[in-house]
Amino acid sequence: MSAFLDFGSDAVLLAGLTGDNWRLKDYVARGGYESLKKILSERIAPEQILAEIKLSVLRGRGGAGFPTGMKWGFMPRGAPEKYVICNADEGEPGTFKDRDILRFNPHAVIEGMVIAAYVMGCARGYNYIHGEIWEVYERCEEAVDEARAAGFIGSRILGSDFSFELFNHHGFGAYICGEETALLESIEGKKGQSRYKPPFPANVGLYGKPTTVNNVETFACVPLIVKNGGQWFLELGRPNAGGTKIFSVSGDVERPGNYELRMGAPFAKLLEMAGGVRDGRKLKAVIPGGSSSPVVPGAVMMETDLDYDSIAKAGSMMGSGAVIVMDETRCMVRCLARLSEFYHDESCGQCTPCREGTGWLSRMMHRIEHGEGRPGDIEALDRIAHDIMGRTICAMGDAAAMPVRSFIKHFRDEFEYHIEHRRCQVADYV
Amino acid sequence: MSENAIDKSGWLNLEINGKPVQMPPGSTVMDAAQTLKVFIPHFCYHKKLSIAASCRMCLVQVEKIPKPVPACATPVSEGMKVWTRSEMALAAQQSVMEFLLINHPLDCPVCDQGGECMLQDAAVGYGKGSSQFQEVKRVVLGKDLGPLVSAVEMSRCIQCTRCVRFSDEIGGQMELGMIRRGDRAEIVPFVGETVESELSGNMIDLCPVGALTSKPFRYQARNWELSRRKSVSPHDALGANLIVQLKRNQVVRVQPFENEAINECWLSDRDRFSYEALNSESRLMRPLVKKDGVLIETDWQEALPLAAARLKNIVERDGGEALGVLISPHATLEEATLMSRLAWTLGCDNIDYRLRQQDFSNTSKDAHVPWLGMPIADVSQLKAALFIGSFLRQDQPLLTARVRQAARHGAAISSLHSVRADWHLPLAHENVVPPSQLAAALAALVVAAHREAKVAQALPKVFDEVTPLENDVAIVRSLMNAPERTTIFLGSFAQQHEHAVLLHALTQRLADYTGTTLAVLPEAANSVGLALINAQPQKGGLNARTMLEKPRKAYVLLHTEAPFDIAQGGTALTALRQADFVLSLSPFRPADEGVLPDVVLPDIVLPIAPFTETSGTFINMEGRVQSFYGVAPPLGETRPGWQVIVALARLLEQPFAETTPEVVRASCLPSADSIAARLSNRIDTALQALPKAAAKETVERVAGVPIYHADPLVRRAPSLQRTALAAPPRVMMNAALATRLNLVKGGAVRIRQSEENDAVTVVLSWVCDETLPADTVRFDMAHPLTAGFDVCGEFHLEAAP
Repeated sequence: MSAFLDFGSDAVLLAGLTGDNWRLKDYVARGGYESLKKILSERIAPEQILAEIKLSVLRGRGGAGFPTGMKWGFMPRGAPEKYVICNADEGEPGTFKDRDILRFNPHAVIEGMVIAAYVMGCARGYNYIHGEIWEVYERCEEAVDEARAAGFIGSRILGSDFSFELFNHHGFGAYICGEETALLESIEGKKGQSRYKPPFPANVGLYGKPTTVNNVETFACVPLIVKNGGQWFLELGRPNAGGTKIFSVSGDVERPGNYELRMGAPFAKLLEMAGGVRDGRKLKAVIPGGSSSPVVPGAVMMETDLDYDSIAKAGSMMGSGAVIVMDETRCMVRCLARLSEFYHDESCGQCTPCREGTGWLSRMMHRIEHGEGRPGDIEALDRIAHDIMGRTICAMGDAAAMPVRSFIKHFRDEFEYHIEHRRCQVADYV
Repeated sequence: MSENAIDKSGWLNLEINGKPVQMPPGSTVMDAAQTLKVFIPHFCYHKKLSIAASCRMCLVQVEKIPKPVPACATPVSEGMKVWTRSEMALAAQQSVMEFLLINHPLDCPVCDQGGECMLQDAAVGYGKGSSQFQEVKRVVLGKDLGPLVSAVEMSRCIQCTRCVRFSDEIGGQMELGMIRRGDRAEIVPFVGETVESELSGNMIDLCPVGALTSKPFRYQARNWELSRRKSVSPHDALGANLIVQLKRNQVVRVQPFENEAINECWLSDRDRFSYEALNSESRLMRPLVKKDGVLIETDWQEALPLAAARLKNIVERDGGEALGVLISPHATLEEATLMSRLAWTLGCDNIDYRLRQQDFSNTSKDAHVPWLGMPIADVSQLKAALFIGSFLRQDQPLLTARVRQAARHGAAISSLHSVRADWHLPLAHENVVPPSQLAAALAALVVAAHREAKVAQALPKVFDEVTPLENDVAIVRSLMNAPERTTIFLGSFAQQHEHAVLLHALTQRLADYTGTTLAVLPEAANSVGLALINAQPQKGGLNARTMLEKPRKAYVLLHTEAPFDIAQGGTALTALRQADFVLSLSPFRPADEGVLPDVVLPDIVLPIAPFTETSGTFINMEGRVQSFYGVAPPLGETRPGWQVIVALARLLEQPFAETTPEVVRASCLPSADSIAARLSNRIDTALQALPKAAAKETVERVAGVPIYHADPLVRRAPSLQRTALAAPPRVMMNAALATRLNLVKGGAVRIRQSEENDAVTVVLSWVCDETLPADTVRFDMAHPLTAGFDVCGEFHLEAAP
């Protein structure tokens, strides 16, 4: 397959994947399903596995970075009907790591889900796959069939008294369905709209039953933690962020793609792996964690390490690890106009600040970009974004607002130039 | 309940704006604020609907939470401190207000909601004077939601989804939804559909803006021009409380008067929109007297003495028993009492209000007044219920909403009927049998209950050949397994059935064996009241059926419209046609000629006031006495019914002492103790033999009373008449029967009730309905097309050319 399947020398999750060795036999040859076999044959107590997960400081890879062990610990013990769900609705612009994990190593996710189901006592799981990556859905269907035929899922798995059924479910491409409660609504056959929390899914989730939703990459880490121990995983990364992280690098780089690095590796290293800024241009800005995370000026980013705390210090978020690189020829007004249009299009329309605010932002940005900006627009943009933030049902409102505020904060001069001169400051480059 | 009576152990202490309050666990900050009478602005929140938390107007500040939280969805906790007017809360509320208004048309001067608009009020209270919004506003196209709810100005919608949640949760059928995303989201009905719910008008009340408005009321008046008076709905036996609103002494709108014990904050559409009949063309302004076969307007000075003289003549000539008095169960207690007394003083005991009843063989229950058997509010709390022969949704729309609430909370609701239940609620079990088999099916339940309850005493011989099936056992178990609050309801179809008394007696036995309450669903606004004042034969007189089957010389109709209100429509027409004299007391002109073949015109019609123009009293299904005053002056020369009867009595030299509404009421109203003592559904009549199955290939008829043809008022309400529920009845039957009758798809059926040449013939279109039992046809009664038939008897159906 692709010649670009060089995920870096730190790769653990993506190590040795060629694109052709995704089948069950290949996974087993790489040592796959050993963790599951060990758990079921040695009857390892769920509490013991949970302790290892907690020790590993595995944090959710979908964007929020919530400690996985703690999340699993929220699931009520006695409840008769519980669900474990894999969030493969990877819709954040710039993010494409889950697609490759499922494409190249689907069984790692399946094994991770079965172990999670064992720990939390779930009899059913769903893998909710983004609607715009159909071939991945088909691959997951094949992989689940393989796993079922081999007895890794189904009733009485590997002769134990543990049973677990897993189903793939594909969405239709709505960004909001990546929000875990909207995802639950979607599985239930309803319109994808997030639910107000509390109650949290751990108490009232799918069909009103306790439910845990984790990201694809999170599940993929689980078999490795069980196999090599929580301490091993923790030591791969930093004290507050165990393991490795897959970064989807896109934008103005020579070799866009997924790269796996240890948590805490410097951004400069990632940029180097991606072949540096395209055509040797100057780095202007980086969105380090997917389109909803605040933009960071290039110079700051070059001094930043890639882990939750370091990126937060630089004024942004690790998010899903989607690194969007922008060089000096990029018009930041145009970039923000495009992002605002995306959030306007994807707002579910349920709650007022997001429904009305995203449309307002998008229309204003469109106007400014097209040379119809007015004095006061910048302040208005910032205020509208401020008024959306923290007042919506789900994080989508914040996701729409954060780029606006950060773009204005760091590149205000470009916006002012656009409004004053009715054209683009960097247009000469393009 | 007094404050001390509530056990507050386990309640949580919190503070709102510094004021302490105790709330039970599970309450929200909004509940707590309402307890303290602290107003928090809101749009999507409604106490009767599920929480959406989507409008974000109720954002408040809570200690230790960095972001403002919605009061409607935030549960209270111990020691919580809430501020509703802090800087953080106000900033959040102001910004939400601005967001709500950017795409709102701000067309208040031409908006029907202006002056009673939550958005307008909140904008004044919580908004800023201006907005920086300078973009183009969104436009949303209007929708057709049918003749009652206007959705022309959907650009005004703020997507609170109250209407959507109402239709799903209260109406039972999701007739509206929100499609598309973001600021392109809009409220729509299903493609090509309108809103057909019988509770749809509540969406108008719920809509916090001017997106959904009342079609009949549009542009009639401004809210501040209206005077508001309390009244009671004259339709079903719930007795919903109304706020009747008038402009220049004319009723222009009806809204609910909130009464948690009765109608909560809802009204059915007929409660709400039937007022249109009050101002309609068909209102009678002056008395009518028949001259040369034509009704001529005249004055009271001529009509009243003439009516008295003709009654007197007949009584003197043929005796009091030559009279028949048919009182509508929608008449007030005062009117019916005075009319009954007048009849008795004339020596007439042929008095009845049970116009749609057929089986009068109950020998025991004259002293017993059938009723709901419990408070209306308890229906929402049912854990299990069985409805026998009930057209629940069309007979008791708001009670159905309560049953729906019970079902939503897990109550096992079952139905035994001759049609499938269409109540828009999940049914646990259902049994559909031909009308003639209803008693046998009920007997099977009795036998099942006898076994399940392990009753020691053997069953009577009547049950010897009855074998319960699996479904029967399941129904009985669903009643017996519920820990409490289980009830068996006798619906209108069971009460109006040819074997009503047998059905009642069997139900009694079923209730006894299963340990459940027995409830009767009274038909009309004052059915319970008229039973309590004995508006029925007291000394062996003729009942509603026999006084028509044995034609009288004269009839007096009080609010009764023949044949629409009478089960024996055909018999009634014949009886009235042969009578020497028919006196009608009614607010309306008689049904138009030509509507019915050979309509019978009364000889004299005296215009009496409808419920809005007279004082009166209704006693509802739970035995609650609800008196009301006239809210409008009588139209034209109309007079309150009680005054007319008093005047008639005086002319008949039988003067009553009553002269004022208060005195009349005092003399008519039974005491609270006597009401309580007489309300009972017990029946002591011995069990009759179970009826034999109908002969093979005999066609049996099922008929309900269509919701918008049930009484004279709704029949004349133009907007209600334009709804889908008021459509002319169609004949429904299964395909096997249609094939046997050689009917073709899309064709029509000719119906006759006898083989005689002069028999009434009606042609109706027919539709296939596979849910009906074999050899059973359904076509409803009370409609001009079908009212001329007796409800039962033989029917001859054939394909119409």
